[in-house]
Amino acid sequence: MQLSNRTKKIEPKPLNFWERMYLPVIFQGLNITIKHLFKKKATIRYPEVKRELSPVFRGLHILKRDAQGRERCTACGLCALACPAEAISMLSAERTKEEKHLYREEKYAAVYEVNMLRCIFCGLCEEACPKAAIYLQKDKFAPAFFGREEVIYGKDRLVESVTNRAKVGLDQ
Amino acid sequence: MNDLNVAFNTQKPTPNNVQLLESDGALTTLNLGPTHPATHGVFQNIIQMDGEKIVSGETTIGYIHRAFEKLAERRPFYQITPLTDRLNYCSSPINNMGWHMTVEKLLQIEVPKRAQYMRVIMMELARIADHLICNSILGVDTGAYTGFLYVFQQRESIYEIFEEICGTRLTTNMGRVGGMERDMNERAIAKLKKFLNEFPVVLREFESMFNRNRIFIDRTKGVGGISAESALNYGFTGPNLRAAGVDYDVRAMNPYSSYEDFEFEIPIAENGDTFDRFMVRGQEMWQSLRIIEQALAKMPNDGFQASEQHYVLPEKKKVYESMEALIYHFKIIMGEIDAPEGEVYHSVEGGNGELGYYLISDGGRTPYRLHFRRPCFIYYQAYPEMVIGSQLSDAIVTLSSMNVIAGELDA
Repeated sequence: MQLSNRTKKIEPKPLNFWERMYLPVIFQGLNITIKHLFKKKATIRYPEVKRELSPVFRGLHILKRDAQGRERCTACGLCALACPAEAISMLSAERTKEEKHLYREEKYAAVYEVNMLRCIFCGLCEEACPKAAIYLQKDKFAPAFFGREEVIYGKDRLVESVTNRAKVGLDQ
Repeated sequence: MNDLNVAFNTQKPTPNNVQLLESDGALTTLNLGPTHPATHGVFQNIIQMDGEKIVSGETTIGYIHRAFEKLAERRPFYQITPLTDRLNYCSSPINNMGWHMTVEKLLQIEVPKRAQYMRVIMMELARIADHLICNSILGVDTGAYTGFLYVFQQRESIYEIFEEICGTRLTTNMGRVGGMERDMNERAIAKLKKFLNEFPVVLREFESMFNRNRIFIDRTKGVGGISAESALNYGFTGPNLRAAGVDYDVRAMNPYSSYEDFEFEIPIAENGDTFDRFMVRGQEMWQSLRIIEQALAKMPNDGFQASEQHYVLPEKKKVYESMEALIYHFKIIMGEIDAPEGEVYHSVEGGNGELGYYLISDGGRTPYRLHFRRPCFIYYQAYPEMVIGSQLSDAIVTLSSMNVIAGELDA
């Protein structure tokens, strides 16, 4: 049946005498394998050698600090709202006068949890964040876990360290 | 050569006439699946066999039902994209783009040409990846591991291109409503050009191994055939219908995303058997390559996102600085901007066939009802008819050549 003028019928020619023999095709397959034996290896020696990931790779989450080392997150809840897997939960608190060097805005996230079993690494939280606070790192993956209690990442594991800053987001 | 095979199913099927037979011990019942090593995915077939011959079969669905259509009723439009990733996970960019186009049809957003061409490139790459998996796994099922091993390097390069565009390899969540999330950078274009250079060599090598291979042809020709008439009756689309001789292709019949700008052919075959499906998929990969080359050469430069402030997120830099952009950013993310009321159907040519989205909106932030037309669900219903009269090993080959993906079978 022809519905469009783009049709191209596949009509393979009948096999010739050599092609009808069984043995040559077996050696043809073997020949390809042997040829590939001398080609450049496709594999890399992980974990000694690691493949370079793209700059936009969506890996493990990180909560960024600003240039003065204050937490950027203001607990607006947009990331939790944008999360299609409902993996993010947070509790906000008000900043006191003594905490001005710790938090950038007047409101901050007292609790911030990402459930790594729920997370699908779609990157929508990063896109939703209006404060450049949450990012998905390109060089770290969520590891394998031994227990369910390890899976929920709290602020202790999400917030970047003051001394060892991650090269994502505005710091790139 | 055809007389070597006795398996060609010439019996004219009528829908739903396949039921398990009463057996007084003469027939063997075999559970092929749900976790059978020879089927790729989670599906169960209860097959009744008389010796080596299949006399009846019943298919079961629902093993990986994830209630996507129900979940979608509680999600704003942009959050449904990650759900579509998980339909046909071998070619998730096609699913993503199809969904974005459906929403754009509802919201009446005009997408710039550059974004459309980028979408075409990504969709055709995904199609190549999908067909590569299907054809090379068919090789593995017939005992030829070599082809599978070497073409998978090319699938790897395709996934690296996806990684440059969207950040992940398999569950891509690529593109946004109104365009793409970011422009194609130089690394992506370099990787794409490298792929376009390397892939024809590998594909030619793959074809030299299979297309005129007597052992492979004997194993697949006349196996699991379906006539054009009954394929149409079942609602087949895509490569499986084209193998039966009907040149239905959504890209040509109902062009979307500027497919009318490109020159390509629709390969069709005659018998609708496993070998024909293999050949059609093989030829389609060449056509996809042609489309990618044309799209890359003709790529316009008019922006990768529609300028539609109500539905397209503003630039990040503006969100940090301007109050207006911040307000729109919040409104879009929170789903505060209501969609118009209406019903929309949009379909794209997925890796396996016509992938359709039927969306009913009652004017809120979420769909009122969303239905995915999943081609694999339709193919799988015809499966018992196609394998009756053949042998067990032919049934396995038939299933893998139809490329029934478990994620698309259940939604």
